[in-house]
Parts: sequence; C-alpha cells; structure tokens
Amino acid sequence: MIPAAFDYHRPQGIEDAIAILQKHGDDARVIAGGHSLIPMMKLRMAEVPNLVDLQDIESLKGITIQNGRVNIGAMVTQHELITNEGLAAAAPIMREAALQIADPQVRYMGTIGGNVANGDPGNDMPGLMQCLDATFTLFGPDGARGVKARDFYEGAYMTERDDEEIMTAIHFDASTAGYAYEKQKRKIGDYATAAAAVMLTKDGQTCSSAAIALTNLSDTPIWSQGAGAALIGTDCGPAAIKAAVAAGLDDIDPSEDNRGPIAFKYHAARMMISRAIASAWARA
Amino acid sequence: MNDLSPDRAERSAKLKGLGHSRKRVEDQRFTQGRGNYVDDIKMPDMLFGDFVRSPYAHARVKSINIDKAMALPGVIAVLTAKDLEPLSLHWMPTLAGDKQMVLADGKVLFQGQEVAFVIAEDRYINADAIELVEVEYEELPVITDPFKALEPDAVVLREDLAGQTSGAHGERKHHNHIFLWEAGDKEATEQVVETADVVAEEMVYYHRTHPCPLETCGCVASMDKVTGKLTLWGTFQAPHVVRTVASLLSGIEEHNIRVVSPDIGGGFGNKVGVYPGYVCSIVASIVTGKPVKWIEDRMDNLMATAFARDYWMKGKIAATKDGKITGLHCEVTADHGAFDACADPTKFPAGFMNICTGSYDIPVAYLGVDGVYTNKAPGGVAYRCSFRVTEAAYFIERMIEVLAIELNMDAAELRAKNFIRKDQFPYTSAMGWEYDSGDYHTAWDKALTAVGYDVLRAEQAERVEAFKRGETRKLIGIGLSHFTEIVGAGPVKNCDILGMGMFDSCEIRIHPTGSAIARLGTISQGQGHATTFAQILASEIGLPADSITVEEGDTDTAPYGLGTYGSRSTPVAGAAAAMAGRKIRAKAQMIAAYLLEVHDGDLEWDIDRFVVKGAPEQFKTMAEIAYASYNQAIPGVEPGLEAVSYYDPPNMTYPFGAYICVMEIDVDTGTHEIRQFYALDDCGTRINPMIIEGQVHGGLTEALAIAMGQEIAYDEIGNVKTGTLMDFFIPTAWETPTYTTDFTETPSPHHPIGAKGVGESPNVGGVPAFSNAVHDAFRPFGLRQAHMPHDHWRIWKIGNDLGLHDDV
Amino acid sequence: MTKMNISLTVNGQVHEVEAEPRQLLIHLLREDLNLTGAHIGCETSHCGACTVEMDGKSVKACTVFAAQAQGADITTIEGLAEPGTLNVLQESFREHHGLQCGYCTPGMITRAHRLLQENPTPTEEDVRFGMAGNLCRCTGYQNIVKSIMAAANELNPAKEAAE
Ligand SMILES: Cc1cc2nc3c(=O)[nH]c(=O)nc-3n(C[C@H](O)[C@H](O)[C@H](O)COP(=O)(O)OP(=O)(O)OC[C@H]3O[C@@H](n4cnc5c(N)ncnc54)[C@H](O)[C@@H]3O)c2cc1C
Ligand code: FES
Ligand code: FES
Repeated sequence: MIPAAFDYHRPQGIEDAIAILQKHGDDARVIAGGHSLIPMMKLRMAEVPNLVDLQDIESLKGITIQNGRVNIGAMVTQHELITNEGLAAAAPIMREAALQIADPQVRYMGTIGGNVANGDPGNDMPGLMQCLDATFTLFGPDGARGVKARDFYEGAYMTERDDEEIMTAIHFDASTAGYAYEKQKRKIGDYATAAAAVMLTKDGQTCSSAAIALTNLSDTPIWSQGAGAALIGTDCGPAAIKAAVAAGLDDIDPSEDNRGPIAFKYHAARMMISRAIASAWARA
Repeated sequence: MNDLSPDRAERSAKLKGLGHSRKRVEDQRFTQGRGNYVDDIKMPDMLFGDFVRSPYAHARVKSINIDKAMALPGVIAVLTAKDLEPLSLHWMPTLAGDKQMVLADGKVLFQGQEVAFVIAEDRYINADAIELVEVEYEELPVITDPFKALEPDAVVLREDLAGQTSGAHGERKHHNHIFLWEAGDKEATEQVVETADVVAEEMVYYHRTHPCPLETCGCVASMDKVTGKLTLWGTFQAPHVVRTVASLLSGIEEHNIRVVSPDIGGGFGNKVGVYPGYVCSIVASIVTGKPVKWIEDRMDNLMATAFARDYWMKGKIAATKDGKITGLHCEVTADHGAFDACADPTKFPAGFMNICTGSYDIPVAYLGVDGVYTNKAPGGVAYRCSFRVTEAAYFIERMIEVLAIELNMDAAELRAKNFIRKDQFPYTSAMGWEYDSGDYHTAWDKALTAVGYDVLRAEQAERVEAFKRGETRKLIGIGLSHFTEIVGAGPVKNCDILGMGMFDSCEIRIHPTGSAIARLGTISQGQGHATTFAQILASEIGLPADSITVEEGDTDTAPYGLGTYGSRSTPVAGAAAAMAGRKIRAKAQMIAAYLLEVHDGDLEWDIDRFVVKGAPEQFKTMAEIAYASYNQAIPGVEPGLEAVSYYDPPNMTYPFGAYICVMEIDVDTGTHEIRQFYALDDCGTRINPMIIEGQVHGGLTEALAIAMGQEIAYDEIGNVKTGTLMDFFIPTAWETPTYTTDFTETPSPHHPIGAKGVGESPNVGGVPAFSNAVHDAFRPFGLRQAHMPHDHWRIWKIGNDLGLHDDV
Repeated sequence: MTKMNISLTVNGQVHEVEAEPRQLLIHLLREDLNLTGAHIGCETSHCGACTVEMDGKSVKACTVFAAQAQGADITTIEGLAEPGTLNVLQESFREHHGLQCGYCTPGMITRAHRLLQENPTPTEEDVRFGMAGNLCRCTGYQNIVKSIMAAANELNPAKEAAE
C-alpha cells in the first residue's frame, strides 16, 4: 500500500497556502492530520500531485471561548478537543463525541477541520456540528466567508467548500443544554453503524429546545428538524421519544454495508436516537 | 566426602524445569525492539518483488502487457506464467495433492490471485510498476456458493482437470467436486438414526475466516551463483518441508538449499503453506542473481493466503428419550476455494474432522465430507487448531445443544450423561481414534461449581421473565463447551505431509562446562519454545534451563522436523527433547559409575546428579559428568556428550477442557458484554503454567473474534468484502474480557513426560462457548440455530426473526 | 521523482535523510535508519504495530509521510532505554508475560510509555481504552494490561506509599 508520488508544500501562512491551491487547481489538496487522506492515497483511491501541509500555519490552531462563543481552529486535533477543560465546560458534547472517534493514535493526529471538511458521511464531527448549529469559516482567494454547518454538506465527499478554499475555524455557541452523543460501532476504531447527537433544554418538566443530528445514516450528516420539533413542548417521555424517532427515521436513507442491512440501520438509528434523547434529557 | 547442601528443593528450583513459571528468554530482545523478523532483513543489492493481482474472481486472462512497467526506471523484470512455464513452475503442487497456479495461466479463479510478479529496486518503484502492467480480462460467471458449484449446469472452474474423474483422494462426482472422504459406519449409523427415540437435525455452518497473524507472510530468497547455494529466509512454520518442496520444485539439490525461519510474528496456521510469493522470489533471485524480498501487505494476506474453515455441516444426532446418545451422522460440504491447498496430513483431506464425536461416548457414527471448488481463495489451514478439529468441536457442541432443546433437557446435564467415563480410557471412538486419557466428569463438575451454574440458571430464568414483562431488554446467555482436542500429529504410520512422516526431532550437545545447546525441527511463533524446551531438558538432564540454548528454524543446523502447527511441538518435538535427554542421561550414568567406581546399577538419578544408592554423599553432578566426558578417557565410552532423537509418536494426544461463558446480550442493539469467562484446561503435564495461561488468553481472544464478528466475506461476484482490519474483526483490549483460567492435570500415558499441548485448545473450545452463549440467551424464545459470526446485525436478526422487536 | 532533504531527531540524534516526500515514516525509520523495532501489521492505521512517539504524541508511522515529519522529534522503542537495558515498562512486559510473538510489542510499549506519561495512575479501564489503538493477536491483552498496571505502580512510588 504505497501512494503515488507527489510534490510536497509546507506553507507558513494561510495566504501562501491559498496561492499554492490556486496555482495547481485540481492537482492540489491540503493535508491536516492525514488520517482520512493518507489511507485513501495509499489505496490509490485519491491522487494528489501536490500536497499542501497545513501543520505550520499557526492561525489554524487553538481553542478560544469568548462571550459565550466557542472558536476552534481547524488544525485542533481530536486529542486536544478531549483534553481542553474550557471546551469541556462550554460544550461537553464535544468531548463525549471525540472520545468515540477512532483510537488514541488517530485522535492525536486527526483534526476537527479535516473531520468536518472531509465530507465522509462516516465522520462523527459533521453530525455534531449540525446539532450545535456551528458555522465554518472558509478562507479563499477572496478572503473569508462563513457557512452554516447545516448548509455545508451536499453529498458524500461533496461540500460547499470551493477547491481553492481552506477551512480555518469552527464556531458555535457555548451551551448548558442537556446533551448526548450515542454511537453504535463494531469496535474501537470503527465508524458508526448509527450515531445520534442530541442537545435539548428544559423549562420545568417541558422541553424548550431540541436539536437532533445523525451520523452515517445517509450520504450526508442529517439534521432532523422534525425529530427536534417532536420533542419541543413535551416531557420527553416515551410517546415524545417515539414521535421524534419516527421523524428522525423519515429523514435518513442508510445503505447496506458490512455493518448490516438497511433494516438493521433503521433499527440501530432508532435505538441511538431514543437513547441519546433519554440521556440528554436526564442531563438537561 | 561431598557437601550435601544445597538441599533437594533448592537444587530443583535452580533448574527451572517442568512446572516452573520460568520467564521467557526471548523477551529481552523483543521488548527492546531487537527481534529479527523477515522484513527486518536487509542485504546489499536486494530487490523487491510484488504481485499484480486479479481484480476479478473468475476471468480469462486475454493478454498481459508489461511494456510500460518495464520502461519505468528501477524495474528489473516482470514475470508471467509464460516465463515460468519453461521451468515447469507456472503451477505448483499443493499440500493436499492438488496443484495451484503460481501465476495466472490463462485464467484467474479468485479475487487477488497472482497474475504477474514485478521485480524492482525498491517497494515504491514496485508499487508504481504494478499500476503500469496492463492486463486484459474477460469476465466469467462466478460461483461463491459450494452448493451452487455442484449444480449440474454450474460453470466449470478448473478447466485443467477436464475429464479427470478422480483426484488425489478418490472419485470426483462433478466437475467442481474435489473428493468425498468418509469415516465411520454409514449403514449402521443411518439405521440408528431411523429407529431412534429422538433425532435432532441441524445445519451448522462454520464460516470462512482467516488466521491473520500480526505479521503477514514474506520471504527473502538469495541465490549465490558462486557457491550454487540458495538461501531462503521466510515466515515458515515448517522450514524443513519448505526446503524439501523447494528442492523438488527447483531441481536444486537439497543440501544446496538453506531455509531459515527468523523470528515469526505469529502464525496460527497462516504460515504452513507454500505460496506463489516464495516460488516467484526464488525464481527472481535465480534470474537476477540478487536477493529478492517479497512481503505481503494485509489486503494480500486476507485475500490470497490461507483462509480457514468454511464448512457446512449437516448433522443428525440420535438419542434415547432420557438423553443417552445413540448415534451421530454428519455430512459436510467443504468450500475449498479455487485450488485444494488444505494443509492436512496426506491421508486426511478433511483433517481430523472425524473427531466430531467429541467428548461423548457415541456407539456409532458416520462422517462424509465433500470437498468443492469455488471462486474463492485457496487455503483451508488449521487456524490455531489441529486440522479441522475446531470445525468438529463446534459441530458436536452445537449438536449437543440442539439435542438438549429437542429433549427439553439442561445442556450441562446432557453432556455429563454422555461423557466418556474415566474408566473407559484408553477409549476407541466410533470413528476409530484411540483417546489416550481423560477425566471429563471431574473437569466438568469443577467448572460448573466454579461459575455457580445453578445460581446462574436461576438468574437467567428470572431475567427472561423480566424481559417478558418488558422490564429489561437484556438477556443472559450461558455458553457451555466441553471439548476434546486431537493434537500432536502424528504417528508416521498414518500421518505424513507430502510423504514426509510427521515425526519430530531434537539434537543436544552438552558443553564441557555444563551448559548445552539443543536444536529442534520445530519453530516458535510466540509459543516460547526457547523457554519451555529448555525446561523439559532441564528436568531430564539436570542442567539449569538458563544454561541451555534452544535453537530452531535453520535447516542447515537443526535436525529434520515437520514444524510447528496443530499443537504438535510439545507432543512431538517436546517428546523428542525428553528422549534425547534420556539418551544423554544413560551415557552420563555410565560415566558417573566409572568416576565413582561403582556399577551402573548402583546409581540412581537425583534431580541434577547420579547418587550411589544408600550413600547420598557419594555423587557426581551432571556438570561434573559433562566435564569428565570431555577430559577423561573412559574405557568403553566414546568421548563427548551428545544425543539426537527422532520421535515418532505412538499416538496422538487428546487434551480437553471445560469452558463456560456468561454473556449479557442487548437485544435492541445486538451488542454483547462478556460478564464472565471460565476456562478449565487439561493439557496433561504442565511444563510452564505462565506460558499455558498466556496461550489460553490468546486463543480465547481469537475464538471471541471468530464467534462474534470475524469473517472473510464475499459478495455474489466474488469480491472480498473484508479485506482490511477495518472490516476483518480483531478485538482490541477494550472489547476483550478478562478470563479466569483453571486446570486439571491428566497426563498422557504414552508421552515421555505426559504433556499433551495446549496452544490451540482455547480456540477449539472457545468458539462453541461464545456461540452457545448467544444461542442460549435466545433459547427460551425458540432459537435453535443461528450461524456465526454473531455480530451486531446478526444478533439483531435473531431477535427480529423471533418477534422480539416491535419496530417491524 | 524529486527527493527532498528531511531532517528529524530520532531518539535524541539528528538525522538528515534524502527521501521522496511520499515515503512513509515507518519505512524511513526501518529502512533508512535501520530502526526495525516498529513493525508493519496492517498499513491502514488499524493495528498500531508501527507506533512511535512524535512530538509527544503516539502516532502510527504507517500513516505519516516522511515529509510531514520534517523537523519532528521522534522516539522509537529503541530509544526508550540504553541499548541492552530494559526500562520499567519493558521489564514489566517481560515479568508479566505481556508478549508472545513479540511483533506487536514495540508498538505496545511505545504507546504504553506515552499513556503513562499522560496518566500515571490509570485504572484497568483507562489502560484498556488507552491501548485500544494497538492490536495483539497472541496475548488476549490480559497480561499486557497487567504489565502496564504493574509498571505504573512501579513508576509511582507515591501511589505505592499510600497503599
Ligand atoms: C483507524 C481510523 C479510524 C477512524 N475512526 C473514525 C471515527 O470513528 N469517526 C470519525 O469521525 N473519524 C474517524 N477516523 C477519521 C479521523 O478522525 C480523521 O483523522 C479525520 O476524519 C480527518 O482529519 P485529518 O486531520 O486527519 O484530515 P486529512 O486526512 O488530513 O484530511 C481529510 C480531508 O479533508 C481535507 N481537509 C483537511 N483539513 C482541511 C481544511 N482545514 N480545510 C479544507 N480541507 C481540509 C483534506 O484535503 C482531505 O480531503 C478514523 C480514521 C482512522 C485511520
Ligand atoms: S501498520 Fe501502522 S497501524 Fe498497522
Ligand atoms: S505478541 Fe504476537 S501480536 Fe502481540
């Protein structure tokens, strides 16, 4: 398993990186942690004549939390997401989800930017970003623009991002909502058979807001508005959960793979959604 | 007068002989990263070889164009079948009496089959060149189902066998049929089945899987044109056999071939066979005059070398109303893939599948195995087992459970009722095997007591009620397994591989200062031979294990042996070591008698010395005797102290064990948690308890993988769906439970030290324990049989089929 | 194919290597620097046999390009102790039979080394979770976990004193 040859670039700043992308067009691609891209290159399923390594670009690093807003640099690794105490307080669902991604070695290398920019329906962070209603900053030849996570994904490996743009940061509101990320997988190191991210708030014994998103159950992450709506105004009891599950299942379109046939995917989705709601409610 | 201190206990402890949990001598190197595995070998001018492989499972090869590849700088040659044909090396014989293409000769028969061999200066250039070899294929219909392969109008897979109505193992009844192998008494068994009170019938499938050692297969071939000597380093579980095969194939005289197995990163049966990579590397080295390295990658390994199992076993078990088994009938459809490359002793094309009467006293039995060709990879190796004994053990342990259901009886009780009793040993089974020793009831009772069987059953029943009331979605399964292994192949009179009797050997040289070197015909792949064989010898010859070097794996120095697989090292080579040790001791006794000026018969052996009977202060230690053997002229005795023994075992050994797995199953997700796993093993005399325990942990974890998710799966057009470790399930530390180990000790009466072998028991006995736990959890709801692997979706499907879910 | 000069520190020593950017770090270590301790088991970043430490992170060297390692500080199994001696973890693996064929062992020990740096007093659950990027086909992990727990105890006199 050996990749085809390529030229290697290691720009020091974002503008330099964009310039390289502009120069080589389709023939260039950025690499962050490499733990999605390198396996594809080794299998010769991705050919990248010019590889642009983002590791030296300082502006892509670090986590800041200001005025209730969380800003995460694209090059922040999953390991950092887990170990950052500020983030754990501002958005505990991030740690809960990141711990369920891959294994320790992969988490040291894999970045949040790579995970959300990749467009692989198997990645966990994109679903989470739907749930958090995050905004992505994309930087291109014309400067920066923000795109809502909920508008970003078009299909498997197809996103709103232009080839000449780099994702620089991810932003979302800090939240004290009840949360849960429930993921069924075959073993550590496996992608989700089905996963559900749920955040909800409580007003007395009534659900006042709810966001529900699903991973690896369609060719894009799914933000199920219907599932969230089914909970609002309810006590998140069995009937409400049932309604939310039904709405969630309406929004997905899973495919068969080694993790199981389509009927099982629906079933697993059902379990993950209901468990995530129950757990988030208990924490709300 | 001699000083009698240290006392006996201290002297014995110093030897670190049998029964001592001696630390492994191998580990000093391994923990520092200073092992020497085949891919670590680096030689000047070494070239790198690798294969162009077929993307199709069945296709005609219309043309191969190597021009573009040859034009790439650094590419030395590209070999195809056409290049090998003049040397008659485009096909090679398999261990099972069939032949296999080394490189595609006109067609390909499985995905990943070797089509061309590229030789380049390094692996990067090689990988680029592989992309440049242009192969034109014409796709043919694909068969991945052995039952479809036997349909009258099924496409002919092996055109090379056209018109051959018999093969190495008798008649072929169809163009995709390989053999029918039968054992036992068909007529008598059918009669019993027809007239029995109760008959349980079931199809039990043991799916296709793969040994997948962490290190893949590979070799370095180096032909020295000046000396005419070929050296081959590689991942060989049987280096001497490889040397003989290499000589027969290449025409190079056997003394001019040296085969070396360096450190091996796990074998589990994967490294017994002879693969096209070895042949092509040798040819490439001869052609180029340079050393050539070939190392599989993991996808190659899972796709092309050495699958295991893939047995469809149709069983009928007959019994009286009160649960006494009266007969067992088994018909197997065995999917061998494109070539019959099973690594079994010649006379056993279905291995020891006829041990399928297991631990039970069954008066009559019949087994028939049909070997079938399909468009899948060849192999059929003994994946951590002794030649199909895992299939046999799984079959009988499932059939017992099915019979228990049929009889509405507790499965533990049914087993106890039918065990071969202690006083029946040696016991001849209905299939003709002579079980050497056993005490099944004692082991079984110990196991049931240890886990608190009755309490568990009560808890399980309560849980079922709670489940029915809707209070829980989790069920408890209690997985029982009592297995009998058959290992230590084997007696030369009926066991051979390519005509080579399955004896093994040990040669010992005692050095003048009381240390020694022993060389054996086996090869460790993690079993710790360097540690345990020294322990056997320490007990036999009275020198400390720490003073005995054990060497294996170099055919230039080691005596001929058949290698390490099928748990044969301890039963066969371990016995050879003991016997060689005894020869040493016999000579030592003569020397001691001379030195002490007494008659041989007046001496007795005492741990590390010969002592004059009745005068314990008069003795000679083994170290003293060793020195004397080199520096004194002793009348009638040759100088030196050496011995060699070739051991032909009189019988196989029959280790056994009782395993119990307690599993919690989440019916909603199909996930499971192993709450408890108790493993009692009886492997006869225990050489090194620490190593035995380690073997059990490892084997159980392989069993866990196989039962709960690991498989080589194909889609309907023959694509391998499980080609990487993402999809080929190997549990991590997180999914693996903590095991409790235990033992009883029933020595083998015919083995010099009573040892039986243990390396494979946990895999053989573990798979039924895990699988039976899954079945047992759903038994109250009517489940009889659900095929492995029991991964999440298949467990979900069990629940679904039984109507336990409300979302459909 | 254009090669580049890569300079990196391995086990405290600075090396200058000429390599293609696509060369994998595992090959650079094993073949150019003759550090054959780390092994190749899967090539798809699932087995951890190739684990080395890079800038304070456990990484799978089969999934890092040599070019990415330019300027990195790398420790391999060979760098954990003086040649010919065993550090506490290595000794603990030997003592508790934490290895059989030895093929996974360098990756295991290198990973365990980092784990104990970050969590000197792990529970058994922490160890199992923290070692889940490393596969072993021989041991069933039980004695690996035992070895790491024992090493943690050994390295942690404070904890011992408290007991
Ligand atoms: C064994 C294994 C198991 C895994 N399991 C999981 C899992 O369970 N869940 C999960 O979510 N992931 C999993 N992953 C993927 C892992 O989390 C990846 O590391 C991650 O998805 C991608 O991050 P990266 O930094 O490695 O990206 P890269 O591999 O470097 O890049 C991925 C893609 O994104 C692009 N890209 C990267 N950064 C940017 C940027 N800033 N702007 C624009 N484009 C960019 C690249 O060009 C490339 O196309 C697993 C990976 C492995 C090897
Ligand atoms: S070889 Fe690198 S993770 Fe397996
Ligand atoms: S000791 Fe063999 S793979 Fe771990």
